[in-house]
Amino acid sequence: MEKVEILAVGKHPEIMKTVLRLINSKPEWNGTIANSTDEAVALSQNTAFNVVLLCAGLDEVEAQQIKALFKIPVVQHYGGGSGLLFAEIYQALDN
Amino acid sequence: MAQTIYHAANTRGKADLGWLKSYHSFSFGDYYNPERMNFGALRVLNDDTVDGGKGFGEHPHDNMEIISIPLKGGLKHLDSMDNEAVISDGDIQVMSAGTGIFHQEHNDDQHDAVQFLQIWVYPNVLNVEPRYDQLTLNKADRHNKLQQVLSPNKDDAGVWIYQNAWFHLGDFDKGLNTEYQLKAKGNGVYVFVLSGSIKIDGQILNTRDGFGIWDTDKFNIEVLEDAEFLLMEVPMTF
Repeated sequence: MEKVEILAVGKHPEIMKTVLRLINSKPEWNGTIANSTDEAVALSQNTAFNVVLLCAGLDEVEAQQIKALFKIPVVQHYGGGSGLLFAEIYQALDN
Repeated sequence: MAQTIYHAANTRGKADLGWLKSYHSFSFGDYYNPERMNFGALRVLNDDTVDGGKGFGEHPHDNMEIISIPLKGGLKHLDSMDNEAVISDGDIQVMSAGTGIFHQEHNDDQHDAVQFLQIWVYPNVLNVEPRYDQLTLNKADRHNKLQQVLSPNKDDAGVWIYQNAWFHLGDFDKGLNTEYQLKAKGNGVYVFVLSGSIKIDGQILNTRDGFGIWDTDKFNIEVLEDAEFLLMEVPMTF
C-alpha cells in the first residue's frame, strides 16, 4: 500500500524531530521535514506529497507562500508534535 | 436564538496507557472524531488521571495556550524556561507555548493518583515568547458564585492567556440559580461539570458532561444537586 506522504515545514529543529517521529509512528504515513519554503518546494519536485503541515517558527509570510504554492491541503499544526497532530492530518486527508 | 451542543460524559474519547487514564472531550492523540474537533478556540479538554510516581516525560509544545487545573493531588512541572513547580487542587497553571517550549509533568506523589484537567486554547497571536504562570485561587470565592480564574487581561482576576477567553469556576449548593453574561460578542461558552448536576437551556448536565452554548448574550444555570463546574468562554471564530 502506498504511504501517505506528509511534508512538515518548520524551523524549530527539536520540535520538528518530534513531529517527524510522531508522523512516522504510523505505518501508513511517511514524514519529510523542510525548514524553509525553498526547501519545501525543492522536496516537492521529487515527492508527491498529500498534506503539508505548517509547524513551529514559520512567519505569516512564509505560511502564505506555502499555501499559495501547494495545491494540496496545507494545515497549521498547533502544539508542537502534540496530541493534535494525528487529528490535524486525519482531518486534512478527510477534506 | 441560542445554539447548543451536548456531550455526555460517556461519549468522550478514552485513552488508557496503564499509568494514564484520559478522557478526551475533543479529538486528541489516537482519538479522532471529526464531529468533536473543537468548540471555537477551545481545542483540548482532557480529564486526566496519572498514577503515583508516573507522568509525561519531556515533550515540546508550540503556539498553544495550555491551562492545567488540578482536581486532586499534586502535579510537578519542569520546563525549558527553568520553571519548576508543583500545582495542587486550588491552583491554576498556564503556559503560552509560543515559539516553543519543552516541559515535563509528573505526579508529585509516589503512591496516590493525581487528577487534573488539561485545556488547550488556540492563541490569537502566533510565535509569542513562551511564558509560564501559576496562581493559587481562594476556593471560598467560588462558593455559590462564579469565580473568574482566567481572562485575556494581565490586570484582571486569575491568570491570563493570548486569547479573548474567560474561564470561571463555580461551587454551588442545590436549588440555587446563577446567570452567566458573556463578555464578548461572538463568543460561546463550553460548560464542563466537575461534579453534581445542573440544568442549562433545558439540558440536564451531570458529572463530566459537557455543554456548549453560543449565539446568546447570557444564560441561566439551575443547580439541581450540589455542583462544581467550569465555564470556558472562547471565541467561536478565531
